[in-house]
Amino acid sequence: MTHTPLATYQPEQRALALIGGEATDANLRRYLHGIPGIDAVGLEARAADLGTRSIKTSSKRWAIDTIIGLIDLTTLEGADTPGKVRSLVAKALVPDPSDPGTPRVAAVCVYGDMVGTAVNALGSAHAAGGTEGVNVAAVATAFPSGRASLAIKLADVRDSVAAGADEIDMVIDRGAFLAGRFGQVYDEIVAVKDACRRVDGSMAHLKVILETGELNTYDNVRRASWLAILAGGDFIKTSTGKVAPAATLPVTLSMLEVVRDWYRLTGVQIGVKPAGGIRTSKDAIKYLVTVAETVGEDWLTPHLFRFGASSLLNDVLLQRQKMTTGHYSGPDYVTID
Amino acid sequence: MNRLAIPKTYKLYIGGKFPRSESGRVYEVLSHKGDFLANAAKGSRKDARDAVVAARSALGGWAGATAYNRGQVLYRIAELLEGRRAQFIDEIESCEGVNAAAASAQIDEAIDRWVWYAGWADKYVQVAGNANPVSGPFFNLSVPEPTGVVAIIAPQGGESLLGLVSAIAPALVAGNTVVVVANELAPLSGISLGEVLATSDVPGGVVNIVTGSPAEIAPWLASHADVNALDLVGAGDLDWVELQISAADTLKRVLPPESGADAAAPALSRILAFTEVKTVWHTKAIL
Repeated sequence: MTHTPLATYQPEQRALALIGGEATDANLRRYLHGIPGIDAVGLEARAADLGTRSIKTSSKRWAIDTIIGLIDLTTLEGADTPGKVRSLVAKALVPDPSDPGTPRVAAVCVYGDMVGTAVNALGSAHAAGGTEGVNVAAVATAFPSGRASLAIKLADVRDSVAAGADEIDMVIDRGAFLAGRFGQVYDEIVAVKDACRRVDGSMAHLKVILETGELNTYDNVRRASWLAILAGGDFIKTSTGKVAPAATLPVTLSMLEVVRDWYRLTGVQIGVKPAGGIRTSKDAIKYLVTVAETVGEDWLTPHLFRFGASSLLNDVLLQRQKMTTGHYSGPDYVTID
Repeated sequence: MNRLAIPKTYKLYIGGKFPRSESGRVYEVLSHKGDFLANAAKGSRKDARDAVVAARSALGGWAGATAYNRGQVLYRIAELLEGRRAQFIDEIESCEGVNAAAASAQIDEAIDRWVWYAGWADKYVQVAGNANPVSGPFFNLSVPEPTGVVAIIAPQGGESLLGLVSAIAPALVAGNTVVVVANELAPLSGISLGEVLATSDVPGGVVNIVTGSPAEIAPWLASHADVNALDLVGAGDLDWVELQISAADTLKRVLPPESGADAAAPALSRILAFTEVKTVWHTKAIL
C-alpha cells in the first residue's frame, strides 16, 4: 500500500489539492470529467460473476449474522406513526424473539421528525456515538427529492442532529448535478457536513445519497461518488428507495471501486450503503461477496458498510431459522412490519 | 426419409411457470416395458421450497375469489382436459401399459371427478356451514374457510392422472393452494395436467407440480413451517409416520395414506378435510 503525500493533508485541503484549485464548477468539471470512463459491459459482467459465488453452511451462517448487523432497518413512509417507529425499534433490538442470540441491526433509519421517538424507544440501547447499541439515522435535506432551498435543507439537518440522530442521510441535488453545477452540489454537501456538528463539537455521520437511479449512467455514478467523497461524505449511499431502479449490484460495485481508489490515494476509509430493492438474503450475500472482493473484508463492519432495507431483515431471519431448526420457516414466524 | 423425433422435456410447474429443477437433475421416465420415454426434472428440496413460496403468494387471490368464480375456473379445466384427450391417452398408455380403452376410461373418470368437485365450490359451504342456535340476541354463524397451503403426495401406483386429479381437486375447491409431488414413475400426465392448468384460468401458483422422489421431497414439505396441511394419500410406501410426526411440530392438518381401488374416492369429506371452521357472533338488530 503506497500512500501519496495526499494522505498528509488535512481533510479540507485534501480535496482542494486534488481538484487543483477552488471547488468551482469549472475546476470540478475538469477533475470529474478527467476520471476514466466505466466499461459498462465489463462492470456488469464482473458484478454478475461475483453474484454466482456459492455461500453455504457455516459461511452462510456467518454471512447471515453479518448481514443482520449491517442493516439500517428503515421506515420512510408518509404514514409513519410514533407507534410504528417504536415497533421498528423493538424489532431492531430483538429481531427474532424466538432466538435471543440473533444480533442487533446497526441502525434504525427514519424521517427527521421521528428521531426523538426512535431515540426514546431505544433508551439505553441507543449507541449515541459508542460502539455498542443501535444508531439512529435520519434522512434529511428535503428527502427524497432534495428540492428545497439550502436554508431549509440545513435546518432539516440541524433539527435531526439536535433530536439525537447519530447519522444523517442527505440527498444530493440531482438536478444541479445533471445540469453540470458540480460546485453547487459540492458546496451543499460541505454545508450539510458542517450542520452535522453537535453542540459538543462531535459530528453526526454523513451519508450522501446519490440516487443512482436518476443519474442515468455509470460514469455519472462514478463522478457523483468522487464528488461526494471530495466534499467530505463519510458514506456514499446508492438510493432513497423511492426511485426505481434503486440499488443494483453493478452500481454498488462501481461505488466500491471509487472507495477503494480513494483509500489507496489517501488511506481514508469511506463507507458504502446500498439501499432499496435488496429483499432476499441471497441478494444481500452477493453484496457481501462484492464488498469482500473489491475493498476487502475490513469493510464488512457497520462503520463502513450498511444495507438500507426493511423487508430484507425478515427474509434473513427466515434463512437463519432454517439453519437453526433444520426445516423451512414461514412468514408466520417473523414479525410483520 | 425418417424424420428425427423431437422428444419433449418434461419440467416442473411452479408459480405458473415451467422451470427446470434448481438442482439441474433429471431422471429417466420409462415405459412399463422399460423403454426410455422422456427425461423429467428431479425436483429438489429447494424446488419444493420455491413451490411453497409460489403457493403462499397465490393463496390470497384464490381463497379470496368468489366461490362461484372458483367453480367456473375449475369447470374450465375439465373442458381443457377434454380437448387434450389424445395426448393424455398416449402418455397413460405408454407409462402404465394399459390399452387405449382403459386409458380413455381413466380420462373420462378424471374429468367426471373434476366436474363433480367443481360443482361443490359454491355448495359445500351450505352443507358444512351452519347458523348455530344460541340463547341470546345474536346470530352465531359457522363457516368453513380454506386451510391454506396444502402439500400433497400424489398416489404413486395405478392410475396416474386419476390419482393426481383426485388428490388436488378437493383441496382446490375450498380455496386452498397446492404443492403436489407427482407420481414418481408415471409423471408425464401430471406435467401435462400442469400445461392444462397453465393455459386455463387458474392463477399461477395455485397448483404447483414437482416431479421427482417423494421420499426425498416429502420430509421437507412435512416440516415446512409455511405449509398448513399435508395430504399423505400417496405416501403409503414412505416412512409416513415420521412425516406425520414432523408435520405435528407445526400443527398441520394431515390426511393418512390410502391404498386400493377406491383410494382418494370422491367425497365431501376430502374437501372439508382442508377447511377451518370460523364462527362469528353478530348482534341481532333490535328495531
